[in-house]
Amino acid sequence: MSETLEVSLFIFMLASFLGYAVITRVPGLLHTPLMSLTNALSAISIVGSLILAGEGESTMATVLGTLAVFAAFTNIVSGFLLTDRMLGMFKRREAPKKPVEAKETTS
Amino acid sequence: MNDTINDIVIPLAYLFAAACFILALKWLSHPTTARRGVRVGEVGMAVAIVSTLVDFRIVEYQWIVVALVLGTILGIPLGLVPMTAVPQRTALSHAFGAFAAGVVGTAEYYLQQPDITTSTMVAIGLEVVLGFLTFTGSLIAAGKLQGLVRDRPWIYKGQNIVNLTVLGSALVLVGFLVADPGNTVLFPIIIGISLLFGFMMVIRIGGADMPTVISLLNSFAGLSASMMGFVLDNKLLIIAGALDGSSGLILSIIMCKAMNRSFANVLFGGFGAETLAGGGIQTRPVRSVDPEETSFLLDSARSVIVVPGYGMAAAQAQHKVRELCDNLMKRGVDVKYAIHPVAGRMPGHMNVLLAEANVPYDQLYDLDSINSEFPQTDIVLVVGANDVVNPAARTDTQSPIYGMPILDVDQAGSIIVVKRSMRSGFAGVENELFYLDKTQMLFGDAKTVIGEVIDELGRLPAKEVAGV
Repeated sequence: MSETLEVSLFIFMLASFLGYAVITRVPGLLHTPLMSLTNALSAISIVGSLILAGEGESTMATVLGTLAVFAAFTNIVSGFLLTDRMLGMFKRREAPKKPVEAKETTS
Repeated sequence: MNDTINDIVIPLAYLFAAACFILALKWLSHPTTARRGVRVGEVGMAVAIVSTLVDFRIVEYQWIVVALVLGTILGIPLGLVPMTAVPQRTALSHAFGAFAAGVVGTAEYYLQQPDITTSTMVAIGLEVVLGFLTFTGSLIAAGKLQGLVRDRPWIYKGQNIVNLTVLGSALVLVGFLVADPGNTVLFPIIIGISLLFGFMMVIRIGGADMPTVISLLNSFAGLSASMMGFVLDNKLLIIAGALDGSSGLILSIIMCKAMNRSFANVLFGGFGAETLAGGGIQTRPVRSVDPEETSFLLDSARSVIVVPGYGMAAAQAQHKVRELCDNLMKRGVDVKYAIHPVAGRMPGHMNVLLAEANVPYDQLYDLDSINSEFPQTDIVLVVGANDVVNPAARTDTQSPIYGMPILDVDQAGSIIVVKRSMRSGFAGVENELFYLDKTQMLFGDAKTVIGEVIDELGRLPAKEVAGV
């Protein structure tokens, strides 16, 4: 096994466990934003597509790369936009209105 | 100069982006920090993209600019969809992500063949198979969610054998290609079979299983992105794909547990296609109630728990439900919402809908935290939920939903069910809850009838409310 592959496999393994640890802490309340955020993040595949679309290796590679950049960038734009919109909707209950003279120094 | 950028700047930028992505998910663990998570994710993404654009291997930019512009033009409306359309948008975005991975894998194959190492060929094979099957699978899922494709599962005899044969043959061909990477004829066949399998896998799955299927497709899309990282030797991609893959996997496991079913059962079971046994049941009498009486009942209750389901989303009734609950709270009634993990069409669907309708998230309770409260609750208002409140899941060992964790609404003082008709739920199972003596059915479109209840409530004399 080449050293690069070995390192990559280790990174894959560690990232998977890290993902498990981090994502199990996301509450069910936020599972829809979670899915749209991870979707936007995995569109980081755009970095590979950009090279393909720009290096001019062959017409086919340029076409496929361009399509991939388009698809990935659509996910990036819509994924971040939608996640942020959804999260902006999650609000706490407004604190009960206090009389005007009451002090606002409760801890 | 070029070497400095490619050997030092870009790897460091990717390292930074990977750290941002991990932080983004970490901050998603609480609603108060979640938006910060989105910000840091955006920063990581921007840094990664900009640093890639200065990579010296990129010599022409015109197509990149075109793709980025088109991606923005399509991305903005997809990011602005109404909350009810989020499940189909999500399925569509899995399709896009998987498509990107699939076409990059294809291009890499043709650029590198016939001198491809075994490990790279395995990675390309997995990337392409997962990418293209997720592409068509997600398109079908989006079509079902949008109502363009029939929602009920499409099943025929021997389907499982056919499906497994199709998937198996794709994997066998990948094996041949690993043995002889120069055999270019095989590659398009693998793509075709993968596309076909994605279609066949999802076409047989019904609406109620969509939360699991969307999560699973999420996981596949992430894995194919991760495989792309192996192909391109890009650690950032491996990490982001693995995070996405494990997220999708965790969500699908949660969904399966919430339905007491296995992956195999979801993928191969054809849930929701069973025909009803014991036809006499449907004619049994139920008690029905009108909006006026409902308003009296709710107004005289001390505590009310609302159980929303897909029916609420379908009727777009979330705003009316919130309005009703606000009015009840003003009249001194304690109101909570109970959310079952698989209510709706994707994980967390109900929470997002209610948040959109301005329901504060501390009023939303999940299965585990609310179930002990039903016995002390005066009235449960079920809006468009069915299988998730069916007591047969606890009692009837013959029922297809037996063992599924449900919201124990039958233990409340009384129950009002808002429902269009007596049609059974997506699991195709009769619901005993509707026939209990303490259950009353409020028939009609959820949005309309709840609006009527709100009007009736407004006609009641004002109440002196202590405290609040």
